[in-house]
Amino acid sequence: MNQHVKNVTSETTDLSRRSFLVGTAATGLVLGYAGVPGVGEALAAAPANFEPSVWYAIAPDGLVTVTCGKADMGQHIASTMAQIVCEELGAKWSDMRVSLASNDPKFNDPVLGAQITGGSWSTMMNFDAMSRAGAAGRMALTEGAAAAMGVPASELVVRNSVISHPKSKKQMSFADIVKSGKATKTFTPDELKAIKLKTPDQYTMIGVSVPQLDIPSKTNGTAKYGIDVMLPGMAYGAVVTPPVRFGATVKSVDDSDAKKVPGFIKAVTLDDKTQTTSGWVVAVANTYANAKKAAAALKVSYDGGPNAKLSSQSLLDEAKRLQGLDDSGQFFVKDGDPNAAFGSAAKVLEAEYTTSINIHAPMEPMNATAEFKGDILHIYSGNQFATRSGAIAAGAAGIDPKFVVMHQMWLGGGFGRRLDADMMVPAVQAAKAIGKPVKVIYTRENDMTMDFSRPLTYQKVKAGVDGDGKLVALSHDVVSAWPTARWGIPDFLTPSVDKKGPLDSFTVNGADFFYTLPNHYVRAIKNELAHNATPSGQLRSVAPGWTFWAVESMIDEIAAATGKDPAQFRIALLDGKGKNDGGAQRLRNTLLAAMGLSGYGTKQLPKGEGMGVACVSSQERATASWTACVAHVAVAPSGEVTVKKLTVATDVGTQVHPDNIHAQVEGAALWGLSLALYEKATLKDGGIEQTNFDSYKPLRMSQVPEVAVAVIANGEKATGVGEPAVTVVAPAIGNAIFNASGARVRALPITAEAVKGAMKA
Amino acid sequence: MPTLTINGRSMSVDAANDTPLLWAIREQLQMTGTKFGCGAGLCGACTVHVNGEAVRSCQTMVGDVAGKKITTIEGLSAKGDHPLQKAWIAEQVPQCGYCQSGQIMQAASLLAKNPNPTKEEVVAHMDGNLCRCMTYSRIQKAIMRAATEMRTASASGNERRPT
Repeated sequence: MNQHVKNVTSETTDLSRRSFLVGTAATGLVLGYAGVPGVGEALAAAPANFEPSVWYAIAPDGLVTVTCGKADMGQHIASTMAQIVCEELGAKWSDMRVSLASNDPKFNDPVLGAQITGGSWSTMMNFDAMSRAGAAGRMALTEGAAAAMGVPASELVVRNSVISHPKSKKQMSFADIVKSGKATKTFTPDELKAIKLKTPDQYTMIGVSVPQLDIPSKTNGTAKYGIDVMLPGMAYGAVVTPPVRFGATVKSVDDSDAKKVPGFIKAVTLDDKTQTTSGWVVAVANTYANAKKAAAALKVSYDGGPNAKLSSQSLLDEAKRLQGLDDSGQFFVKDGDPNAAFGSAAKVLEAEYTTSINIHAPMEPMNATAEFKGDILHIYSGNQFATRSGAIAAGAAGIDPKFVVMHQMWLGGGFGRRLDADMMVPAVQAAKAIGKPVKVIYTRENDMTMDFSRPLTYQKVKAGVDGDGKLVALSHDVVSAWPTARWGIPDFLTPSVDKKGPLDSFTVNGADFFYTLPNHYVRAIKNELAHNATPSGQLRSVAPGWTFWAVESMIDEIAAATGKDPAQFRIALLDGKGKNDGGAQRLRNTLLAAMGLSGYGTKQLPKGEGMGVACVSSQERATASWTACVAHVAVAPSGEVTVKKLTVATDVGTQVHPDNIHAQVEGAALWGLSLALYEKATLKDGGIEQTNFDSYKPLRMSQVPEVAVAVIANGEKATGVGEPAVTVVAPAIGNAIFNASGARVRALPITAEAVKGAMKA
Repeated sequence: MPTLTINGRSMSVDAANDTPLLWAIREQLQMTGTKFGCGAGLCGACTVHVNGEAVRSCQTMVGDVAGKKITTIEGLSAKGDHPLQKAWIAEQVPQCGYCQSGQIMQAASLLAKNPNPTKEEVVAHMDGNLCRCMTYSRIQKAIMRAATEMRTASASGNERRPT
């Protein structure tokens, strides 16, 4: 289990040491965990100036504003947090509002102890805290109302922001109670913990597809993203990036032509001690159009550095070399002895699986606005990791991170890209250099060529089956850059089982699947060359995006080699024995649901068509959710693949917002399709070759197949839904292609040439 | 200083004639609903109307639109209640929302000319607009819903002004 997931316990303990404040003041009722000095005093002494700096506040007009500490990149997490609070609080949905948190540690995730959004963790890790916050508010308001009405609190009913006393027909709105100043209660940690939360049968909000609070502003142009920030006296920066992804240095900058551009202010060569960027120059001007003109006019000469000759092929060659060494890498899973088992196996299969470099390319290009105001550095940017990004901004400024205020904005797409902080560096150093606020906006070309991409991966899988066709051994090597190791945060690394030091589990998660297998090795091998040349990041679903490509393809290959139906073969392996108890059965059920919904095995398909299955437990075992897919494809003799339908079933435990789950699962499945068939980036001479949407081609409307989604809500704890469906689609398509044509493809993205080549073989 | 007619108002912008309309709208006029996505006419995030036609404002220069009628997402309707905007809310289309101004403007130019488009016509008209959250099926549904509403309104004599 990963270090940061283990933190669940210690952080929860830490949380319980704090006290939960409930009190009314002139500005309203403020509720939250008071672990931070100043909150209490603010309540007592200066209510008029009190900022709603904890989970939510109720204003005298009755509006409830929930402050969301998670980055909202389209998963509507702010609205979801409000919905969870609203359920227990008893507020009316139309009274709910959301605001986005700053990087103040009091907004840290109650489980993770930091501000980071990813892993499909947010709902599962905040559900309890938001529920208790909501319930505590309801109790405080109820006691206040009881005092004001002179009736016992136990006789009061809370509904739709109104507290009523049926016997006397008296009632008060939340607004009335807040205005009366009668709601005053402090919860000790034990009291907070003892609050009896609603049971699912009592829910009136959870499980209802309420209108998302952020959507109206996203239909009329008023939602503010980082790129929309306007500060008085602000200048604009356009970055000039080197032809090499990483490792280049600036030798000289000639700005003589840039000086002829009207509005040009200065060319700033970055001195990035955080080593997030290398060889960047910012052209600063009075408008962005002029900054771009000036950037184009700058003549920058570079030393290309150590990676200037590398290509995708050289990274792949190095991966193969490393995989061939016995002492490479560290073990993530070491059960039994596969090598011994291969010796006595009736059949041994070996295969190599690869995935290309992939680019996040959210629609809002990277940007940040920096402003120094006195001792404080203000950063305006949509970011998924305020805790670390604030520190990077501080590092770029040469100040202590405690002097950085991160102003969160709506994210124009995240997908893991905005976990990184590179955009802070040019904004901060340009603002510092000219003594004015600066907004830096990447061009799409900057954004693509300087992406913290999904790394190129190479996997070798060896499997052994016994005389009965039963899988008895699997050895799985995963070679890649290590995206999370790059952060330099020990808690995010995982101790290796062979005690060879920590490994980046965000390269191997998923390989520790829920199939029962006596002999199982998974080795995580860091491709240092790729790690340095293509600094990698977390792309929606991270490791399971490649590990399940290998695992679920190989399982299919084994089924084919042993003459078994690939779905039935999986079901047999998901027997729930030992450590797989619970998870395996849930995964099996999603597979059965997807099979049922798609009509798997019930129809005779025309020649050239086929169905393939895959099932996944992304992201991590400790935070798993259960997803299966049946892909229905047609394969032309040319090798061209048409995806006719994707059927996805997912077990989400408890569904907070069914419509949002459908939207997320469909979006994730289409991401999976896009990565499986259309998206490919390549490295040449140390640089990413694809620069815009003409050469890097995410899915467009005309390429969308029918997508059927089955959501299984079985009352277990809420799981994440934003990512798992990404990972299940590529292997399901690959397996369907095999079913349709007999062609086995092992490289992502899948090309017509590869399919045709595999048909002949 | 070029003068632009945007959303029914005449405004002068402090920008050279070769400045992309996108940046004049966003920075000079501080109307930020129109988004920058690719700078190359490949994604549609910056779509606005010029004389009723959907154009990519990143590829349209300020000097070329003087005297023409420009409409941005802010001017599509008085209160954000164009049938497409209402349909976008009804179908809960946006996820991150960043591309949606462009999607709505692109769709509006279709419905202004073709009140009863087929699915194929919708796809052909919308295929240049990328949505990285992949909300495509909801976009299609919302366009069909808005088309129905506009036809109904039109049939009942409650005709809407095309933008």
